[in-house]
Parts: sequence; structure tokens; C-alpha cells
Amino acid sequence: MMFIDPHAHMISRTTDDYQAMAAAGVVAVIEPAFWVGQPRTHVGTYIDYLSAIIGFERFRAGQFGIRHYCTVGLNSKEANNAELAEGVMEILPRFALKEGVVAIGEIGYDEQTDLEDKYFRLQLELAKELDLPVMIHTPHRDKKRGTSRSMDVCEEHGMDPGKIIVDHNNEETVREVLDRGYWAAFSIYPSTKMGNARMVDILLEYGSDRIMVDSACDWGISEPLGVAKTAKLALERGIPEDQVRMVCYQNALSAYGQSGQMNESDWLNPEAIDQRTVYEGNSILRGGREPVVEEAAVKRNADNLIIE
Amino acid sequence: MSTSVALAIQSQELPQVESTALNLLLQWISDRVSHAHNQWLHTQIENIAKSNSNRDLHITLGLIPRKFGRTDLDLSTLDLKAADLCVKGWNPCNWSIDTAARVAVLCCMAEQNVQRFNDTITDLFQGADLAESIALYSGSALYPESDELAWLIGEGLRSNIRSVFESIAHNNPYPALHFDQNRWNHMVLKALFVETTLAPIVGLDQRANPELATILCDYAQERWAAGRPVSIELWRCVGPHAQGAMIDNLQLAARSANVAEHNAAVLALSACPDPVARAMVDNYPATAEGVIKGSITWDSLCSV
Repeated sequence: MMFIDPHAHMISRTTDDYQAMAAAGVVAVIEPAFWVGQPRTHVGTYIDYLSAIIGFERFRAGQFGIRHYCTVGLNSKEANNAELAEGVMEILPRFALKEGVVAIGEIGYDEQTDLEDKYFRLQLELAKELDLPVMIHTPHRDKKRGTSRSMDVCEEHGMDPGKIIVDHNNEETVREVLDRGYWAAFSIYPSTKMGNARMVDILLEYGSDRIMVDSACDWGISEPLGVAKTAKLALERGIPEDQVRMVCYQNALSAYGQSGQMNESDWLNPEAIDQRTVYEGNSILRGGREPVVEEAAVKRNADNLIIE
Repeated sequence: MSTSVALAIQSQELPQVESTALNLLLQWISDRVSHAHNQWLHTQIENIAKSNSNRDLHITLGLIPRKFGRTDLDLSTLDLKAADLCVKGWNPCNWSIDTAARVAVLCCMAEQNVQRFNDTITDLFQGADLAESIALYSGSALYPESDELAWLIGEGLRSNIRSVFESIAHNNPYPALHFDQNRWNHMVLKALFVETTLAPIVGLDQRANPELATILCDYAQERWAAGRPVSIELWRCVGPHAQGAMIDNLQLAARSANVAEHNAAVLALSACPDPVARAMVDNYPATAEGVIKGSITWDSLCSV
């Protein structure tokens, strides 16, 4: 089965992860611009970061036969540095039209401050102007109210819920997000957000319409095989294959494909120039292969050192 | 298709009127995109020229692949000849339509206002996405030379992204025209390091030099010491300048059981003026005959 991981901070991951993801069936990843673990203090570092996710990271993924897309935006934490935020807003329009940019994101609230609110709204307007989807990061704390507020603000700005992906959902937020017509994404990040088994319970309750699963893997203890593992468990628990395909592949493609920057042909039948330059390995060859999650997640310990 | 190009194709001759690279690019584009898209490009180029800010420039470069797609230009032999006639060594055989359009936009800007072009390119290259970087670097021989461009080319060569490196090193006359010996030698060496081919480097034989031959032989010995194979193309740059121990290296390669490696080493020895090398070639009469008759060439060895 082919998978898309629509939220993966690959810039924080190793080549082992790319190998494991490719082996498990991941054909494409979306890398949202995010908070790198400590605050950036100059717009210059932000420019270099965005350049890296539209450039070098895309190349790195291509070496493993994985297509790499990204979203660009000012994250909610750094929105609280007004000087930085102003600088980022000035350069964002330029990056938003780069190849493979599938949304403005991840944006939204952290502590729900006035500055966060200001830059969230400005970025929604930018997305509207450029006709791009939006990826919303819902807050870790005061999540339920923060999620509702995010959607209220979107509607205040006349945004189309069908172009907005609300991420990091849980059992408490999913109902309202789906009822209001948004895409609901779930980050399989067991310690803080969502586990595989809980995710499968949600799929059993809510079905596969407008739901997508991602790993949100980053610099923390997280699992780049989150999508593949959830798919495996879902199949084991009797969820039909076509539904698993919807939540682990098709819905992400349908939602972010609205950008015009992400097409199935990118990995099934890539342009000749890409095959010569930036995309090594043809995933058609492994499209029909079963996920090999266990073999791929090579345990590196003293008994299993690879010596070349 | 313009009348002059159509006539040229009919008579299998190159256009008599001297074309600029920009004219060729605009012609190739208009032959391949819809009338509306072609109009759009020309309007954008006019707007960029009129505007004081670079907003239109960034938007145009961003929208080009969205409007035109990314298919190969697939130029005819005649088109490629016209390109070479226009800028010696320019070989857009691997260019796609979006690359052509992006380079055309830059060439227009350079033609309209060199100062503005020089002031803008650093920003453009540094903020480019992957495909855009490859496109912008591919056109480097068509832009006016400047300190800014020379520095950017150095940055591109330092890139770990092989395709960005290749957009400078391959089918591009810029390095042979503008690189000093040190930068040239390091480009050739890096091409081997990133495991790309040397054959598409424009001016490879003309720019071969004794220092490069020494560096490459050191590199070959390093590879042999590590039990790793050596690209047979390496010897192409060694042969004409080989002397002393370098000839011994070539002899070692000539003794290889690998036919391609053997052929490459004998071919390189044949290009060496040193009598010691000539004598070695005589040890392999069958191979030497292939070299003389032209059945063993760098083209034939590298196309395998």
C-alpha cells in the first residue's frame, strides 16, 4: 500500500528514517514550516530555513524515492516576536509560490496571545490571496477552545473549510472539526497527541471521510512510521482497505492537491527532468509491495551493529 | 515558428540571421506553449521591466512551471546547432520548458538593465527552490559576467545537491570560459567525487593541465588504497600531461582485467607525448589499433 505522511519534519530526521519510510511504502511527505525547538531571532535564519525545506530537504527525500512537499508559514510561537514576525510576513509571499509548496502552515495558536491572533489572521489573508490551502496547528494547551477559535477566525475571514486542514486532533476536537466541514488530521505522536490504537478507535467511530493520519515526526521522541503502523493496525482490526487508503493516502492528496503542487503523477510518472535531476528511484516498482514496517525499523544496539 | 527558422529547416541550413540566446529561447517557448501563455510571458517581461520592485519578477519565476509545465524541450539537432553557434558550447539538450522560460526572463532583465540584474541575482539564487536552482544555474553562460555571478557559481559548485552541481558542470560553457585553474580542477575532481560523468563537461580536453593530472592520480591512488574502483573517465584528463609516476598509474590501469578500464588507460597513454608512454601502448597492439582506427574513443567508452 502507498502512504503519504502529510506532516513530517524531515529536516530533524536522519537518513535511516527516510530509508525506513520508503521501505514501509511512504511515497510522499509534507514538511510544514515549524518551530525548530528553539526560537529563531533573525529573519535571516528564517529565510535559510525556508530555503532548506524547499531545496536541500526536497533533494534529500528524492534520494530515497520519496517526494517531498512543504508548507510555509510563521508558526504561532514565533509570532510572539513582533520584529521577527514582521520580517517573516514580508518574505513569505515569495516562498509561498515556490515549487512543492502545498499550503500556508502550520499556523494557528499556541498561548492564544494577541500577536498570535494578528499573524494567524494575516496569514489566512495571504492564503486566500494566493489561493492556497491552510494547515492549522491546534494548540497543545487549552486545545478544545483553541481549535474552535481557529475555525471561528477562519470563517470570519471567509475561508473555505474545504481548503483547511486542522491538525493534531484528538477525541475531543474531531466531531466539531468534521461537522464544520474541515479536514481533520491526526498526528500519531503517542506521548503527547495520539496513539495508534486510539486512532483506530476514532476511525471505527468516524469512518474515513475527510480524516487523515500523519506522524508529525520531528526533533522529539516521535515515529516516522506512524502512518504505516496505524494502517497496519487498522487493517488488522478489520477496517476495509479502501478506507485505510483514504486516511493514509488519498485524503492528504485530495486536500493538499488543491494547491496544484502535488499530483499522483509526481511519484507514479514523474517528469523526465525530475528523473534526471532530483528524484531517484521509481516508486512504481515498490508500489505494490506490502509494508515492511518491522524489517525497516532496524534496531541499532550493541548486538546489531552494521559494520561495513 | 518564424519564417526564417522554417526556411532553415527546409533547407537543412542554419538561419542566416544571427540569433541571440534570448531570441532562441523565446522562439522555442512560443513553439511549445499556447498563444495565451506566450502572451502572458511577454506581458510579465514588460511588467518586470517597468516595475521598480522585484515583486513581478518573483511571481513570474514562481508561476512559470505552473503555467507551462515541466516537460522537456526536446530540441532538434538543428536547434542545438543554433544554440552552439550562438554561444559556443551551450548545449540545452536536457532543458525543460520551465528552465527555458526562467532563463529567458533573466536574460531579458540583463538585457534591459545590467545593474539591476547584478543587484538581484544573489537574492534570486539564494531563495530558489530545487528545480529553480537547477534552471537558474543552467543558464549561467547566457548572463553577463559579474563578481556576483562568479560568487554564486562557486556556491553552486559547493552544493551537495548533485543536480545543482551538474547544472553548472555539464553542457554549460561557463566553467571553461570563466574558471581559473584551481576552480576548474576542483570542479573536475568533485564531479568524480559525486559520481557524475566527466564527458558532458564543456572544454574537458582543452582545459586539462598538469596539476589536474597530478591531483587525479593522487585521487586514483586513494581509491585503490581503499579498494574502491576508479572512474575510467579520470584517465582522459591525465593522459596528455602524464609523466613519471603518473605513467605508472596508467600502466596499472592498462593491466586491468576490466576491458573498459584497460581501453581507457591505453587511450590515455596514446594521448601522452612521453616516449615511455608510447612504448607502453605498443605492448597492447590490438587496443592500440582500436585507438588509431577510432573504434576506441572517449565517446564510445563513456556511452557504455
